Amino acid sequence: MRRAFATLAAALCCVSGAATMTAPTVDQAAIEGEAIPQKLSAFGFGMTAGGYRPMAAVGYTLRTPLFSDYADKQRFFYIPTGREARVIADGTIEFPVGTVLFKSFGWPDHNGGKPVETRLLIHRASGWVALPYIWDADGKDATLALGGRRVPVTFKSPDGETHSIRYAVPNKNQCKECHSKNGVIEPIGPKMHNFRVDLIGTQEAPPIRVRGIPARSVAMPIWDDRASGTVAQRARAYLDVNCAHCHNPAGSASNSGLFLRWTDDPTGVNYGIGKRPTAAGRGSGGMDFAIAPGDAAHSFMIYRLESTDPGIAMPEVGRSTVHKEGAALLRQWIAEMPKASH
Amino acid sequence: MRFHGLHAATLTVLAALAANPAAAKTISVSATTPDANEKLQEALILAQPGDVVQLGAGVWKLVDGLSLDVAGVTVRGAGAGESGSILDFTGQQGAGEGLLVTSDDVFLTNFAVLNTKGDGIKSKGADRIVYHQLRVEWTAGPKETNGAYGIYPVESSDVLIDSVFVRGASDAGIYVGQSKNIVVRDSIATENVAGIEIENSFDADVHDNIATKNTGGILVFDLPSLPMQGGHNVRVFENIVNDNSTPNFAPKGNIVASVPTGTGVLVMANRNVEIFDNVLADNGTANVMIVGYRYAHKDPKYQPLPRAIVVRDNMHGKAGYAPAFEGGAQIAAAFGGAIPPVLWDGAGDAVVLDPVGVLSLNLPDVATPRDQAKPAPADLSKGTPAAALPAIKLPEAMEAKVR
Repeated sequence: MRRAFATLAAALCCVSGAATMTAPTVDQAAIEGEAIPQKLSAFGFGMTAGGYRPMAAVGYTLRTPLFSDYADKQRFFYIPTGREARVIADGTIEFPVGTVLFKSFGWPDHNGGKPVETRLLIHRASGWVALPYIWDADGKDATLALGGRRVPVTFKSPDGETHSIRYAVPNKNQCKECHSKNGVIEPIGPKMHNFRVDLIGTQEAPPIRVRGIPARSVAMPIWDDRASGTVAQRARAYLDVNCAHCHNPAGSASNSGLFLRWTDDPTGVNYGIGKRPTAAGRGSGGMDFAIAPGDAAHSFMIYRLESTDPGIAMPEVGRSTVHKEGAALLRQWIAEMPKASH
Repeated sequence: MRFHGLHAATLTVLAALAANPAAAKTISVSATTPDANEKLQEALILAQPGDVVQLGAGVWKLVDGLSLDVAGVTVRGAGAGESGSILDFTGQQGAGEGLLVTSDDVFLTNFAVLNTKGDGIKSKGADRIVYHQLRVEWTAGPKETNGAYGIYPVESSDVLIDSVFVRGASDAGIYVGQSKNIVVRDSIATENVAGIEIENSFDADVHDNIATKNTGGILVFDLPSLPMQGGHNVRVFENIVNDNSTPNFAPKGNIVASVPTGTGVLVMANRNVEIFDNVLADNGTANVMIVGYRYAHKDPKYQPLPRAIVVRDNMHGKAGYAPAFEGGAQIAAAFGGAIPPVLWDGAGDAVVLDPVGVLSLNLPDVATPRDQAKPAPADLSKGTPAAALPAIKLPEAMEAKVR
C-alpha cells in the first residue's frame, strides 16, 4: 500500500498538464481556499498520528536539517495533478499554487514515535500560509493551534541524556519569523543544494521531474558527515540551515548585519568574524565579538547557541534544548581559525 | 473652535470608514481566561485590519512572547498603571521579546509589559507604528540580567513614541534603530543604561522627554557594518536630562557598555544633530558629549566622525564633577574639581553656542588611542551652525490616533 502511494505520488508530481487521476480524497478546494480548517483531516490527506504519510505526497529529507530539540522530522511535499515545480538559478524550488509541504515532529522514544505536531506550508494564490496542527490524544486527527502551545515532551538525545522539556509548537506568526523573506512567507528547506527526495518504501529511482535542475548542482555538505566536507564547510552548512533563514538581508534578523548564508563571504565582518554586538543585549555574554577567530570561548555566537535562556538563546524560536553536537562543530571551526592579528 | 473640533472628529471617522470598508470589530481577551497566553496570541493572529484587540485589566502571566503581523490593528489595554493591563513576562520561556510587531499601521496603547527576558516591545519593518501610553519595566530596577531594549522599533519609516515610561533596560529604554522619520516625545526613561537612543537612523525629533537616573540620558549613535548607516538629521530639544548617575550595568561588549556614568546627551559619529532648549543638569561626566567612533572597524563606507553638531540655548546645571572615564578624575582635579559641561573628543566638528565651557581631548584622529588625550578647554562658539533642520512631520493618521 505504501509503495502504491509513493508511486502514485511520483506520478502526480511529474505529470504536466495532463488531466490524469486525482487522489480520491485530497480536497484541493480546502488547500487553495482562504479558509483555515480547524482539523488536519479537512484537507483529505488521510493522515493519522500512526500513519502520518500524507496521501499523494512525496517524502524528502535535507542533507543538513534545522535542529529542533532533537525532534525526528518527517517531510513530504504534495503537488496537485497537472502542475509542476521548477528550480530557479539559485537552487530555490518554486512550487506551484496548490502545493502543500508537510513537516511532522516527533521523537522515537516519545508516545511510541507518534508525532506531536504536523506543520503545513500551503501555497495559495495569495501566497504561502503556515499552519501548525497538534495531534489529538487519540491520534485520529490533529487540531489547529494558531496561537502555538507548550507540550511536555521527554526524550533521550544521541549522547544518552534524558531531556524533559516544554516543547514549543510555534504559533502562526513564529512560523513566519523564520519563513520570511521581505516580510512574505516562503519555504526554507527545499533548495536543490540541500534537498533529497526520499521515496520511503520504494526501491525505484525517484522519477521526479522538476523543471530546470542545473546540470551540475553543488550540494551542501552534511553537517555531521566528515566525508561530505571540511570542518569549515560543514560549519557553514550548519549556519546556513540553522541561522540564515533569519540572518540574511531580507530576513527577520536583517537589522543585525550578521548574514550567514552558504553564499555569504565567510571571512567578512558580516559573517561574524570580529563583529561587535549590535542589539545582542545579554546575548553578548560580556564578549566583544560574535566570532573571535581561534577563540571559541570568547565568541558569543557559541554562547548564544549553548544557552536556553530566551534573552540569550539563538535561534530565538524553535529551540528549548542545546544542540551539543552542532555547537561542538562550530567550536571546532572557530578554534581552527587563525587568531586575529590585533 | 467647536466647529473645528467637530469637523476634525468627523473627518477621523470618515477616514476610518474609508480605510476599513468591512466593519472593524473589537476582540476582547481577558487576563483570567484559561490559556490566556494562547488565547491572546490567537486574537492577535485572527485580527483583521482595523480591528482592536482589547486587553482586559489585570495581570497576565505570560510564558511565551506575543507577536502581531496584521496591518492596521490596535492593541489597547485598560491602562499602563497598577490597575491597568499588565503583561507580566517574569516566567517567560521563549521568544526574544515580549511583543513583536511586524506589520504596518499598528497602534499600541495603554498597557504595560514587565520583566521580559529579552527586549520588551520590538517592531521590525513596521511602518507608521504608534507607541502610546505604555509602560515597559524591569521591576527590580537596574540589573545586568534585564532585557536589552524596552521599546525597540527597527527598520521602520514613520515611528511615533508618545507618553511612554521605560525603566530598567540593560541597553536602551527607548531604542530606535535603522529607521526614518521618527518622533519620541513626552516620555520618561529612567534607570536604564541609555534612556533614549537613536541609532543608525535618519530624521528624528526627540523632545519633551525626561531622561533621568540612567547611565546616559539621550544617545545619538551611528555604528559600522549595518545595513543602514550614516545617521543624520536628529534634533534633541526641550528635554529634561538630569542626574544620569546609575552605574553602567550593560553586558560588556555592547556599545552602550562604554557609556560613562553621568552622561547627559551623547552624540557619536552622526551628522547634523541639533541639541537645543534642553535642561541639562547633575550629569557627573558631562551634560553633552560629542565623540567619534574609536573602535577598529573594516567598513570602508562607514563615517566615524561627528559632523555639523550644534549645541545651543540649553540650560546647564552642575556637570562634570565625577567624570567616569579613564583619567577623568585627574583632569577634573586639574580643572579645580569639575570638567566643563560639554566634552568633545576633538574629532569631527561641532558648534557650541551655550555659554559654558567645552573640554576637548584633542584626539582628532579616531585611530589615536585615548591615553594620548591632551585635554584642554576649547572654544567652539565661532563656527557657523548648519541651517536649522525642519521639524519632523508624521502622517496625520498617526497623530490622530493619540489625539
